Amino acid sequence: MSAIGSVASSARSAGIAACRADFPALHQQVHGKPLAYLDSAASAQRPQSVIDAMVAHERRNHANVHRGVHQLSQRSTDAYEGAREKVRGYINASGSDEIIFTRGTTEAINLVASSFGRMRLGPGDEVLVTWMEHHSNIVPWQMICEQTGARLVAAPIADTGELDLEAFHRLLCERTRIVAAVHVSNALGTINPVREMIDAAHGVGAAVLLDGAQATPHMRIDVQALDCDFYAFSGHKAFGPTGIGVLYGKRALLDAMPPYQGGGEMIRTVTFEKTTYNALPCKYEAGTQNITGAVGLGAAIDYLSGIDFAELARHEADLLDYATERMMELPGIRLIGTAAAKASVISFTLGDIHAHDLGTIVDMEGVAIRTGHHCAMPVMERFGVPATARASFALYSDRGDVDQLVAGLNRAVELFQ
Amino acid sequence: MNELQELYREVILDHNRQPRNFGALENADRVVEGVNPLCGDRMKLYVNLDGERVSDIRFTGAGCAISVASSSLMTERAKGNSIGELRGLFDRVHEMLTGDDTGAGPDLDEMDKLAALAGVRAYPTRVKCATLAWHALIGAISGSQDRISTE
Repeated sequence: MSAIGSVASSARSAGIAACRADFPALHQQVHGKPLAYLDSAASAQRPQSVIDAMVAHERRNHANVHRGVHQLSQRSTDAYEGAREKVRGYINASGSDEIIFTRGTTEAINLVASSFGRMRLGPGDEVLVTWMEHHSNIVPWQMICEQTGARLVAAPIADTGELDLEAFHRLLCERTRIVAAVHVSNALGTINPVREMIDAAHGVGAAVLLDGAQATPHMRIDVQALDCDFYAFSGHKAFGPTGIGVLYGKRALLDAMPPYQGGGEMIRTVTFEKTTYNALPCKYEAGTQNITGAVGLGAAIDYLSGIDFAELARHEADLLDYATERMMELPGIRLIGTAAAKASVISFTLGDIHAHDLGTIVDMEGVAIRTGHHCAMPVMERFGVPATARASFALYSDRGDVDQLVAGLNRAVELFQ
Repeated sequence: MNELQELYREVILDHNRQPRNFGALENADRVVEGVNPLCGDRMKLYVNLDGERVSDIRFTGAGCAISVASSSLMTERAKGNSIGELRGLFDRVHEMLTGDDTGAGPDLDEMDKLAALAGVRAYPTRVKCATLAWHALIGAISGSQDRISTE
């Protein structure tokens, strides 16, 4: 507990269990109890190395990027473009011009819906999503469908929280222009069979966007192996800062699409008669971007690059099994989302106790969980619950966190008896 | 009393388990829906008026213990009161739920059972759970046709 700020390299040699020491926010007391942070699916904590990289950039190197000839602007540009290259390497994009920095997953999806949607959608066309999407992968499509006359179609999910693949294949047709699907569900933990979905979508000529917000903290992503057309994720769910995210897009599509926002940086020449647009990726980065955020995201990717993902998968599977087993001891427990392929997320209800009461009670025990509809109201409707409580685990979580959660939930059961 | 028991007092737990005046009121004079979009809590308030006086009041809906208990306590207290009295009560309840400890605060004796809700003010994230029913009440006695939202 005392080795706050130890460097990532020591964590690497000592395995996943040592990662916890790298995250200073985890080492504090809340309401007089040690913090058990089980809300990483909403926002993960950052390792010291990410905090340090951002502070160092702010203290020494900050200037606007791309347009200054002075030393600080050069350093800032190098750091910003260096972060882009790190992202490229990490998700194995073929070129760094396919990496667009956005404010987060939400903006990345809005960019594609607005820009690609405007280019590709017309009356009678369909956008296929799944019933387990976060609102950020529903609403942007609804908005562009309204504007273009296209129709939004949702593939249903089974009682386990798994995608009904048969229905997905049935709904996929020659009218489908875009498939927008979540890689890992935030509300259920379900890991979707995205390879199969992408192949099937391409079979009918549809492009595929994956919402990878919940996938990137748990697994390595290879966009070329996936063959997805777009992949969106957020920095802050993957141990980086808020306000920075990534849209990966295939070069040919990004080249063909109209710009998303107009402004500085995204232009080549401007006259009152005509503007010509900048090349990728700047074409989609109007205005001064979140430079320090990109530096922080780059540092988060350095940190993740040192993680043994096979070991991480074992660690998270063990935690999920242990947590599931321990929680099944609780009277009246109902797990929402029991997919065979599941990330370390447990959504649940406990008897008649409302999720918000659970959240407040376990908070008094130092346990941070999420309560509510998790920005996935259709999922809540599907399972007939107004809200769930959700415990989500990350690489720094351990069995002690689970024990503390179960103790807190037992407290709630006692209180509401 | 520990902090949790300060929030979840016996009166709150009791009104959550067995909410008073729960269920729809057929052909009510006033029906108002209250929602808390942040947490999805939703309640419907039914009010019958006899002149300026609330002759009957009932509610339906689902929510957390704080919101159900607050609705239940509110209906229990509101029945038989005049619109003017309820406006005054709303102000005092609101002050009790949101005011800081340094102020004089409302007279807890006058609050009677409603004083059980006072523990909420130490939990800023839960204050809206308690105020929803009261905002719905003001909407209903003001003749509002709109949905009442905490946001």
